[in-house]
Amino acid sequence: MLNDADLAALWLTFKIASLSTLLMLLLGTPLAWWLARTPSKWKGVCNALVAMPLVLPPTVLGFYLLILMGPNGVVGKITENLGLGTLPFTFSGLVIASVLYSMPFVVQPLQASFSAIGRQPLEAAATLRASPLDTFFSVVLPLAKPGFLTASILGFAHTVGEFGVVLMVGGNIPGKTRVVSVQIYNHVEALEYPQAHWLAGGLLVFSFSVLLILYSTLKTQPSAQPFK
Amino acid sequence: MKTETITARFQLNYGDFQFAVDLQLPGSGVTVLLGYSGCGKTTLLRCIAGLERAAKGYFAINGTIWQDSQNNLFLPTYQRNLGYVFQEANLFPHLSVIDNLRFGLKRIHQQNFDNDKLTAITELLGINLLLDRMPDRLSGGEKQRVAIARALVLNPDILLMDEPLAALDSKRKQEVMPYLLKLQQEFNIPIIYVTHSQQEAAQLADTLVLMENGHVQASGEISETLGRIDLPLAKEKDAAVVWTVVIIHHEPEFRLTTVDCSGYRLSLPMIDASPGSKLRVQIHARDVSITLQAPNQTSILNVLPAIITGINDDLDGQTIVQLQVGQLTLLSHITRKSAQLLALTTGLSVFVQIKGTSLLH
Repeated sequence: MLNDADLAALWLTFKIASLSTLLMLLLGTPLAWWLARTPSKWKGVCNALVAMPLVLPPTVLGFYLLILMGPNGVVGKITENLGLGTLPFTFSGLVIASVLYSMPFVVQPLQASFSAIGRQPLEAAATLRASPLDTFFSVVLPLAKPGFLTASILGFAHTVGEFGVVLMVGGNIPGKTRVVSVQIYNHVEALEYPQAHWLAGGLLVFSFSVLLILYSTLKTQPSAQPFK
Repeated sequence: MKTETITARFQLNYGDFQFAVDLQLPGSGVTVLLGYSGCGKTTLLRCIAGLERAAKGYFAINGTIWQDSQNNLFLPTYQRNLGYVFQEANLFPHLSVIDNLRFGLKRIHQQNFDNDKLTAITELLGINLLLDRMPDRLSGGEKQRVAIARALVLNPDILLMDEPLAALDSKRKQEVMPYLLKLQQEFNIPIIYVTHSQQEAAQLADTLVLMENGHVQASGEISETLGRIDLPLAKEKDAAVVWTVVIIHHEPEFRLTTVDCSGYRLSLPMIDASPGSKLRVQIHARDVSITLQAPNQTSILNVLPAIITGINDDLDGQTIVQLQVGQLTLLSHITRKSAQLLALTTGLSVFVQIKGTSLLH
């Protein structure tokens, strides 16, 4: 069964994934809103940047983050001057890396559902005395609910499953940066196949359940655009 | 009491579409913006509402300025006291009918909003039994009536309606039209109504604005504008004028109703309304023929004396004749050959035979 180290890894993974998802929703919502509405020429560049982690090997992203956040990197120097130390091999560093790595899984569903809403409900709200901010909370958020559900679940699940970035940025420190995927790797390295099975099988079941819940919920959700 | 007016001056360039409008409209009654799609009528409505932020210009309604680009004044849409009815009802799909109606009310902070008024409006529009429904359970006509109610409950200074019937099939149009007619009688709110349908314009308009290619072609009182032979409207197959008439009495044995128009009498197919009621009738130019002498033996009941006030030969093989009957203007489409045989000229006294009229309301 699971030993203490496994449980610590599970708990750490859960903490990182939850915190990252929260941060991704906070940062990703305004970003996705901007991307869905802007006529700016920078839109393409931004879209490409956000989508990069989809195609890059995680080790590439991890490598550059390690350098950036390390003692000689730009970010590292700033954090050291602020008295925060350097971020690699810390919990915070891992959260930041996770946020960047899983961002497309949050931004893209949000952007799609914001675009699907169109300008019509926003204009209707404006003619009914709702300010833009009011409209965002009273019309956009409720109409984009399926998008938020998808974004949260995909963002969370994808963070749970990350490995390469964690290994590069976080290393393998028990209780601090050793997440489930790394723990599985440790077990396999040590030829502890039964332990690896428990964790790996657990993740398999977790991923399937999450996606099953997601797709069956979305199917029964009223469509966000019956604006005909 | 000062005269209430609406001043609208806007300019907007969309690449090769130049939009420039300078209008003075009465601050009461129904103004219909009529024109083909792409003529800029919806753009004008959106400018008035502040939904086209790129438009430069000036807008004031009954003394309140909403936009004055020269003085950098632009009131955002949500701060303008207007009601807007979109072509597709545009209800919030996540809110029930009653919550759609309350959406605006909550935001004008009228805590003590007269619930009786809300009830009166929902009853007027026949939606009082639909309040708990979600929008996806409403028919197209019902949705549009809810949208109208949602705009009206805010007690707006002006009601802007963008082709509210265009997305409905003809049966639904018939369903909603009576409510639109009631609207202008029950509420003293100026309405600007956009449509491409001459029929809707004839039914609703007090003032008619014709638009073409981003510009105003003509604007004026409906009876006057429809009677102008210099406008393309007069050349159309469906060219018609509208007259306001008053019922004098009925002739039940013939299923006819006699009405008064500007001192003359017309017999119309029986109308279900009491003597003294005002009605609007439409007379198509193709239903009006001209004789030089009063015909003494004709099957046509409605023969009126008239004076020719204008002749336009622009139409292929046809002549458009503008006539004056008392205070009223009438159009007649006749063949060019007839016009020549009768030697019709401006100022000539003739008789018109009206073969048919249609009751608008």
